[in-house]
Amino acid sequence: MFPKLLMRQLRFLRNRPLLNLRFLSDTSTTPSQSCNSTITPNKLHNHSPSSSLNYLELAKFSAIADTWWDSQGPFKPLHAMNPTRLAFIRSTLCRHFRKDPYSARPFEGLSFVDVGCGGGILSELFLSSITISPMKPLARMGATVTGIDAVENNVKIARVHADLDPETSTIEYCCTTAEKLLEEQRKFDAVIALEVIEHVADPAEFCKSLASLTVPNGATVISTINRSIRAYAAAIVAAEYILHWLPKGTHQWSSFLTPEELVLILKRASINVKQMAGFEYNPLTGRWSLSDDISVNFIAFGTKIPR
Amino acid sequence: MNRFVARRLCVNVYGLRVQRRNLCSDEAAKVAATSDSGQKSNGEVKQSFTNNDHQYDVAIVGGGVVGMALACSLATTPLTKNLNVAIIDSNPALVKRDCIKKEDPPDPRVSTVTPATISFFKGDYLTLIAYMGALITKDIGAWQYIEQHRHAYFDRMQVMVWDYTGLGYTRYNARDVNKEVLGCVVENKVLHSSLLSCLQNSDFRKTIYPSKLISMTLQPSSSSTGVDNTSATALFTKRHLAKLELSDGNNLYAKLVVGADGGKSRVRELTGFKTTGWNYSQNAVICTVEHTKENHCAWQRFLPAGPIALLPMGDKFSNIVWTMNPENSKDCKSMNEDEFVQTLNHALDYGYGPHPKSSSWGATGMFSWLGRDVTISANESFEVPPKVVKLASERMVFPLSLKHANEYASKHVVLIGDAAHTVHPLAGQGVNLGFGDSLALSRIVAEGIAVGTDIGEVSLLKKYEAERKPANVMMMAVLDGFQKAYSVDLGPLNILRAAAFHGAQYIPFLKRNIISYASGEQRLPLP
Repeated sequence: MFPKLLMRQLRFLRNRPLLNLRFLSDTSTTPSQSCNSTITPNKLHNHSPSSSLNYLELAKFSAIADTWWDSQGPFKPLHAMNPTRLAFIRSTLCRHFRKDPYSARPFEGLSFVDVGCGGGILSELFLSSITISPMKPLARMGATVTGIDAVENNVKIARVHADLDPETSTIEYCCTTAEKLLEEQRKFDAVIALEVIEHVADPAEFCKSLASLTVPNGATVISTINRSIRAYAAAIVAAEYILHWLPKGTHQWSSFLTPEELVLILKRASINVKQMAGFEYNPLTGRWSLSDDISVNFIAFGTKIPR
Repeated sequence: MNRFVARRLCVNVYGLRVQRRNLCSDEAAKVAATSDSGQKSNGEVKQSFTNNDHQYDVAIVGGGVVGMALACSLATTPLTKNLNVAIIDSNPALVKRDCIKKEDPPDPRVSTVTPATISFFKGDYLTLIAYMGALITKDIGAWQYIEQHRHAYFDRMQVMVWDYTGLGYTRYNARDVNKEVLGCVVENKVLHSSLLSCLQNSDFRKTIYPSKLISMTLQPSSSSTGVDNTSATALFTKRHLAKLELSDGNNLYAKLVVGADGGKSRVRELTGFKTTGWNYSQNAVICTVEHTKENHCAWQRFLPAGPIALLPMGDKFSNIVWTMNPENSKDCKSMNEDEFVQTLNHALDYGYGPHPKSSSWGATGMFSWLGRDVTISANESFEVPPKVVKLASERMVFPLSLKHANEYASKHVVLIGDAAHTVHPLAGQGVNLGFGDSLALSRIVAEGIAVGTDIGEVSLLKKYEAERKPANVMMMAVLDGFQKAYSVDLGPLNILRAAAFHGAQYIPFLKRNIISYASGEQRLPLP
């Protein structure tokens, strides 16, 4: 009885146009691959947005950005997740870097990098990593933030949106990958890669790149989804097929990592995982909270072992 | 007893205004200079901000007690003390520092502040957690200023509430709940100037605009898009800020606009928040009176036309809040002083049958099965309120109404205090609900700052609404219920009311819960 109902539900959903593809279709002109090949230390940051983008483009990107960043809009649950992740990041990093948690800008003087969709992620699916990325909040907390993404349009949209607030206009956006950044010999006090590792082709290599970007005794924060039955039900069946928070096909269950696997590959990349927490969603209040239950979404904080 | 929002005269002190404006632009220039290190690109944009329009994190519209309490609370919370705040109010008291002298006549408008509010003012950390479940780590420190002025704790404080029929009364004593005070009566001008002193003695970045709000734009229309690039960039930058136009020609941009501008809130009107409510066909007559000796008890008598309350203000003064129908209130205002004092004494004590007696119904015995822990005040007998000898202030008349905003928060805008809810003054809770709002808002703004959220973000502000709305609606319902229960004079109902009074007087747990609720602990007066 129940599977039949579910199937009918799924069939019904399949016939509906995906709500985000509608507004993505008119901008997703640049395929991600082309961007990877062009070596772009594209520091848009040093130019005013108007000089690197023409006005029409600015208006177009701004319209898309507005939908993505509308916390009451279609991606409401994803936005709701961000403060919870940031609460974890803030408290662990404040402790690690010995910063005052009661300060409004505790990360002043620290450089952070937010690694977006570094590996071969589908070009249409770039929204989640930038929309709910912790870059802007971290910039408000005083950190010098660099955001990297392999998709150029992503970077442009993020740039336009970050410029709206003087506090976040200092974010440096680069259309590049973690590996490219490594070639430039860049190092950061903290490397953050949220909901990215499940999209990369080789998680172990990716972790090694993250580790190399981190200064000795620096911090690495990674969040992902557990390879569990519950995660399959929640992150794929519920989030993609029933609730439409994410486009269908965003996640492959087989590419999820269990916490044990993540700890192991990070260990091999010389990062010691110090703390881990799970996220719990309360459908009644629409709020996320931190919990000890790491069976679905989880976040790990580790430190780089100095050599 | 309650805070009445007097519509302030827009006094246009021209000289002051000019001086202020210079100060403001200096301030804005400073801000611009400090904040754009490392971004040369937006130079032109900043330039345009420095002319006549300024950018702030928070704009508080209405510098009354609730708005000032919010500013003080933001100034003293570690996470929010670096915010740049504008306060918009045309009340000249905000710019001109006038000391309140002890011999000045008392302000007829007073507020009864509950212990929860007192600890908010004192910054009593532990008590606050107990009261509000709140986490404010530093004191807002305004209470020390209040203590320099006339104020009256009802320390051995007893509230005598009784029914005009003489059938029932109830008496509360702070010791029933192991507290020292049940509340404190403070003149509004003392409350206000204390908060102002508190704010001025902090190194908080604030700018006071002695002006009025004319209009507010939340999302600048795209039709006004400029052609050249600079104005386009400026437009995009300002898009995520609310724009306020003031009567003195200044334009402000703020991430968060707080409507603390009272019952006839302009912010509420401009945002388009709908309200629910009704007018009570009652007016309140407010005045200050003098007794022959000092009074430490608050009294309230429920008369058929509405409750009359006598609140100790210290120094032999008491405040009267007398609710009656509009025709009578006109008479009360026009009659001569002696006549008024006579009518007042009559209303406080006489008419409508005998004084209630504690022994009526043998009630102490009746409820003794409920447990032996009889509250202290249950054995105290009825006391007659002290005689009023003379009037110490003018008589003010205010119409009463209940009004509640259906929403408190939207993108960039939030309502606090009377702008969100006006209540019947019968238990003096109005201003305390407002302080509760201020505290909750400053805490939620701090929480948002902690995780780097934009403080104008609607999801953040909705958290404030979700926290305060149930508490406010509950209190409004309780007060409205009281008002309704007393607007009918019918035999059986009178007996029912008397029974309720007896219950409240003699059932210990009920009594404790009522005291706790009225003290600002957010629970229903029922277990």
